[in-house]
Amino acid sequence: MSDLVKLNIDGIDVEVPKGTTVLQAAKQINIDIPTLCYLKEINAIGDCRICIVEIEGRRGFVASCIQQVEEGMKVHTNTKNVVEARKIILDLILSNHNRDCLTCVRNGNCELQTLAMKFNVKGIEFEGAKTEHKIDDLSPSIVRDFSKCILCRRCVSTCKNVQKIGAIDCAQRGFESCISTVGNKSLNNVNCTFCGQCITACPVGALREKDSTDIVWEKLKDEDTFVVVQTAPAVRAALGEEFGMKIGTNVAGKMVTALKKLGFDKVFDTNTGADLTIMEEANEFVERFKNGGTLPMITSCSPGWVRFIEMNYPELLDHLSTCKSPHQMFGSILKSYYAEKEKIDPKKMFVVSVMPCVAKKFERQREEMKNGELDDVDAVITTRELARMIKQANIEFTQLEDSSFDDPMGEATGAGAIFGVTGGVMEAALRTAYETITGKELKEIDFESVRGKKGIKKATIKIGDADVKVAVAHGLSNARKIMDEIKEGKADYQFVEIMACPGGCIMGGGQPIRSSKERSEYDIRKLRADCLYDIDEKSTIRKSHESPVMKKLYKEYLEKPGSHKAHELLHTSYHKREKYDL
Amino acid sequence: MDDTKCMVNLAKFYLGFTVDESCGKCTPCRIGTKRMLEILEKITEGEATLEDLERLETLAKTIQKASVCGLGQTAPNPILSTIKYFKDEYLAHINNKKCPAKECKALLSLSINSEKCKKCGLCAKNCPVGAIKGDREHGYEIDENICIKCGACQKNCHFSAIS
Ligand code: SF4
Ligand code: SF4
Ligand code: SF4
Ligand code: SF4
Ligand code: SF4
Ligand code: SF4
Ligand code: FES
Repeated sequence: MSDLVKLNIDGIDVEVPKGTTVLQAAKQINIDIPTLCYLKEINAIGDCRICIVEIEGRRGFVASCIQQVEEGMKVHTNTKNVVEARKIILDLILSNHNRDCLTCVRNGNCELQTLAMKFNVKGIEFEGAKTEHKIDDLSPSIVRDFSKCILCRRCVSTCKNVQKIGAIDCAQRGFESCISTVGNKSLNNVNCTFCGQCITACPVGALREKDSTDIVWEKLKDEDTFVVVQTAPAVRAALGEEFGMKIGTNVAGKMVTALKKLGFDKVFDTNTGADLTIMEEANEFVERFKNGGTLPMITSCSPGWVRFIEMNYPELLDHLSTCKSPHQMFGSILKSYYAEKEKIDPKKMFVVSVMPCVAKKFERQREEMKNGELDDVDAVITTRELARMIKQANIEFTQLEDSSFDDPMGEATGAGAIFGVTGGVMEAALRTAYETITGKELKEIDFESVRGKKGIKKATIKIGDADVKVAVAHGLSNARKIMDEIKEGKADYQFVEIMACPGGCIMGGGQPIRSSKERSEYDIRKLRADCLYDIDEKSTIRKSHESPVMKKLYKEYLEKPGSHKAHELLHTSYHKREKYDL
Repeated sequence: MDDTKCMVNLAKFYLGFTVDESCGKCTPCRIGTKRMLEILEKITEGEATLEDLERLETLAKTIQKASVCGLGQTAPNPILSTIKYFKDEYLAHINNKKCPAKECKALLSLSINSEKCKKCGLCAKNCPVGAIKGDREHGYEIDENICIKCGACQKNCHFSAIS
C-alpha cells in the first residue's frame, strides 16, 4: 500500500502523503485558502468555517483545515458558491465584533482585518445583536477584551494543550459562547501563569499585554527623573519584525539608537544582567553540588515558570535557584552600585526593562523584588510596546545608524545573549561552572545537546571527575513532566533549566505576533534562535566569568558570587500560591 | 397542516429551539441561526422588507451547507420549506403588514365597526392600557399607538363589533 494519496485541487493533480489535510495539500501547489481558527501544530478544529471548500460528491462544504486527503478526491477551493459562503461567514463574524480598528492594539496586524480587506468587505450584511462582555484588566500582565473575540479557540488550545495549564476554556453555548475561566474570574485570580502564549496565538485584539507605555512616556518627559532602560537578549532578535525586517535580524544597534532618541538617559544591556545571573547561579550550583544542597537545582529566570511552580509544586520550591532573573538583578545593581558610582539618587532613578515577556510585568511588582523600599525595576514594557513607542515618536527604525550600549555596564558576553533561547541558560551556566569546578579552561564551549526544539533535552557533562546530569525543558507541559519526575524521585539530574515559553524567551508572550500564515511558512523559533547563537559566536568573550564588567563589579562592589551583599541584592525567595482565588 | 397557523411564526418557533440548542462551536450555526431568528422577528413584527426575505434565504442556504453538524445543517429547514410552500404568507407579512392567520400580534390591527357598535363602552372599560377613546354619545375608537393588541376589547364586546 502506498503512503501517497493522489487528488485534484482546482484542476491540478497533486500527490501528498496520507494524513495531509486539504489545506496543506493546496498550499503545496500554491493555492491559498483563507483560514482564521487554524494555527499550525496548535489548533485544527474546523470551527470558524472560513477555510471551507467544495469536494465533488459531498453535499455540504468541507473545512479544509481538518479534512484529510483521500485518493481521487476532487476539490474546488474557489467556486462562486464557496466564495459567497465564505463572505457570509466572515460577515457573521464581523456582525458580532467590536470593529473599533482605529483604537485597537492589533490595527495593522490582525488576521480578521486582513480577511476583511481580502474579501473586499464594504458593509455588514447581517447586522444584529452583539454579545456583551466586560474587559478583564485586573492582572498585571494580560488584558482580555472579548468584544474582539471571534471564538477561534486558538488561545484555549495553546493554554490547554501546549502549556497544559487549562486556565481558559469555552463557556456557555450558542450565541452566548465565550472564553472564560473557572467561575468567570479574572485571569489574575485563577491558575494562569501569565506566560502570555495565548496572546501570541490570538488572531485579533481580544488578548493583549497590559500597556505600560504611558508611565514610561511620563517619566521620559520628567526632567527630575533619571530614566534608565535595559533590553533583554531576545528583544534584539525580534524587534525588527515590527518594522518589516526579516525574522531573525539582529537589530541591537538600531534599537540602542532608537532608545536614545526616545530620550532614555542611559541604555544598558540586560545581557550583562544575564552574565551576573550566571555568576551567581553557577556559584549556587557549585555550592549545592559540592556541599550536598538540594538537587537538582532548577533555574528561576522565567517568571511564568516561577508562578507555575509556586502554584503547582510548592513542595519543591527548595529546588529553585534563589537567583533573581537577569533584569531584576540588573535593576537592583543599577539602583545600588551604579547609582553610588554615578552619584545619582536611586529614588530619582526610573528603571525600565524591555522584555519579550508579559510575566515580567507581574514579576516586577512582586513583594520580593525590592531592595529596601525601592523596586528593582519600575516598569516593564514588551518588545511590542517598544515598537509602538518608536512608531509613536516618528522614528524611521530601519534607517537608523547603529550605536552601542552605554558604559560601564555595556559589553556583555555571548553567554548572556543565549539566555533568550531554550538551553541557553544551561549552556552559559555550564561554561562558568565547568571552569569554576575544574579550574581548567573549557575548550569545547558549544553544548549542542541542550540546543534545539526538542521539548525536553537531557545531557551528561563531564566536569572534572564528576558526571553532571542536566535537563532542559521549555513550555510548561514539559516543565510538568520534569517536575513529576522529581516529585516521584525518578529524576537523577543535578541541574535543570526551565522556561515557560516553548522555545524560550525568543517566543515569549511579549514578542511580535506573527499570523497563522507566517507561522506555517517560517520556522520563527529557529530563525530568532539562530540570531542569538550568532551573537554568541561572534562575541569576543563567551564566558560570563571572563567578562571585564563582571570582574570589576565583583571587585568594586559585590566581593564574590554568593557574598552577603550579593544575597541582599541579587537573590530572592518564593512562596506557595493558591491556584484559585474564587 | 392547520391553515389557521402562521407559517412564519411556526418557523420562528422551531428556530428558537435550535438557537437555544446550538453548541456554539461553528460560526454559521452560532451566529447565523441567531441572525435568522432576528430576521424572522423582523418579519413577524411587520418591519421587514423583501430584501430581508432574500437575505434570510441566502443565509439559510449557507448555514445548511457550512455548519459542522446536523443541528446547524438542519436548522434552516423549517425556514426554507415554509418559504417554498407558503411564500404568500411571508409576502403578506412583508408587503401588506398582515398576518393572515392573525397570530402575529404586532400585525393585528383592531378597529371598531361603527355600524355594529352599540356604543355601550364595555370595550373601553376593559382595555388595560386605555387605548379606546370616546364616549357613549359619539362612539368609540381604538388608538393604534397605544393599543397592545391584547384582544380584551374584542372578547368583551357583546355585539362582535371589534375585529
Ligand atoms: S481585532 Fe482586528 S478587526 Fe477587530 S478591531 Fe482590532 S484590528 Fe480591527
Ligand atoms: S497566559 Fe499562559 S497560562 Fe495564562 S491563560 Fe494564557 S496561555 Fe494560559
Ligand atoms: S481570545 Fe483570541 S485566540 Fe482566544 S478565542 Fe478569542 S479570538 Fe481566538
Ligand atoms: S520563557 Fe521568557 S518570555 Fe516566557 S515567561 Fe519565561 S521569561 Fe517570560
Ligand atoms: S452546527 Fe453543530 S457544531 Fe456547529 S454550532 Fe451548531 S451545534 Fe455546534
Ligand atoms: S386590544 Fe386590548 S389594548 Fe387594544 S383596544 Fe382592545 S382592549 Fe385595548
Ligand atoms: S475552520 Fe478551517 S480555518 Fe477555521
